[in-house]
Amino acid sequence: MSPFLTLLARDLKLAARSGGSAALALSFFALVATLVPLGVGADLHLLARVAGGILWVGAVLAALLSLDRLFQGDYEDGSLDVIALSPLPLELTALAKIAAHWLSTGLPLTLLSPLLALMFNLPGPAILTLFVSLLIGTPAVSAIGAIGASLTLSLKRGGLILPLIILPLVTPAVIFGAGAVSQTLDGMAAAGALQLLAAFSFAAVLLSPFAAAASVRLNLSN
Amino acid sequence: MNWLFRYANPHNFMRLSGAVLPFTAIATAICLAAGLYFSFSVPPDYQQGTTITMLFIHVPADVVAELAYGAIAVCSLLSLVWRHPLSDTAARAAAPFGALFTALGLITGALWGKPMWGTYWVWDARLTSFLLLLFLYLGYMALWNAIEDETRAARAAAILALVSAINLPIIKFSVDWWSTLHQGETIMAGKLAPVYLPPFLLMMAGYTLLFLTLWMIRIRTAIVERRARNLMVSA
Repeated sequence: MSPFLTLLARDLKLAARSGGSAALALSFFALVATLVPLGVGADLHLLARVAGGILWVGAVLAALLSLDRLFQGDYEDGSLDVIALSPLPLELTALAKIAAHWLSTGLPLTLLSPLLALMFNLPGPAILTLFVSLLIGTPAVSAIGAIGASLTLSLKRGGLILPLIILPLVTPAVIFGAGAVSQTLDGMAAAGALQLLAAFSFAAVLLSPFAAAASVRLNLSN
Repeated sequence: MNWLFRYANPHNFMRLSGAVLPFTAIATAICLAAGLYFSFSVPPDYQQGTTITMLFIHVPADVVAELAYGAIAVCSLLSLVWRHPLSDTAARAAAPFGALFTALGLITGALWGKPMWGTYWVWDARLTSFLLLLFLYLGYMALWNAIEDETRAARAAAILALVSAINLPIIKFSVDWWSTLHQGETIMAGKLAPVYLPPFLLMMAGYTLLFLTLWMIRIRTAIVERRARNLMVSA
């Protein structure tokens, strides 16, 4: 097996066995979605209107929860040094970690979203748009999140500073993703917003590993 | 690049900035005083009435807020690529002023928005992207403060500044696409009435000089502070 796939498999195994970050993120996501109707009232028309935005924001926040462990665990127990010594370039290491994070949080969140959207009274075509937009957009959240995680990996309280760094940078994903859902609700074609989202996500996944690798490198050098 | 590195030496920078500082400080005071005087003595606008004065206070703050981010990004690039030793200090020193001018732009914008749009705040593209710029500044400063090791903090902050600099146009573009009410380009498009140009240019120069003056003072303070710390360590 190639080093990239080995690292990916290892990180997925770690995510699955150490407290189950996917289950945690999913519960958080579902809880946020449950709190919103309690806060704004159970008007089904209103809920359908805000569902796209709420679920997108909820998904982004849920994905942020496990980000601080992306590099930190490996940094603290020293395995990041060993991984950095391996023939795999740090950029690809970062990409593997992004992929593992997306597979263990972004993808499950996307899979859960249609159920929550149904509870928000979102009509069928809009549910499909939400699902597709999350599928396209959550990789960008993992990728940009990896930059924040690598910048804060030496911090004991990185968990607080991470959202402050990451959230302004992922706003385009929320705007395009939730925008696509409301366009579908209004009976318009969502293809334009989805294409912009895809472009943003593609660029983020492509460029983030370089920034993440650079900041891992600076944290490993003494 | 040589001229740039001549002032990388803190000693040279201290000498140059010490000589320049009195002039920029006086120029700032003159520009702001004259600018404010003219700002309040222009004839009222045919649509906006006397609130046109807000233009001279609000727009320069926004321009300088963006300028400061540009300055941080350039300094970060210099620091990451060429290891320019003073640029970290310069980038860090610019951030609080950038945040301050961003906040000033938001506040004056809100005060202008109330009489003109009938509301202090709208979730308009320009306003929202400026609010995000404020958060970028806050995140940048928080990262600097959170990492104890100074060289590490400098490089982490530089990476963040560059990533944000790439992302800033995307954020702006996506927010523009999302919703807009703020008026479009007026001044560069030559649509500003000529009477309003002198106070505007004076205030523009005043704000920019104010930023440059404060920035220099802060860099100088940081250098002196580092020297004092080194003396304490060696003593």
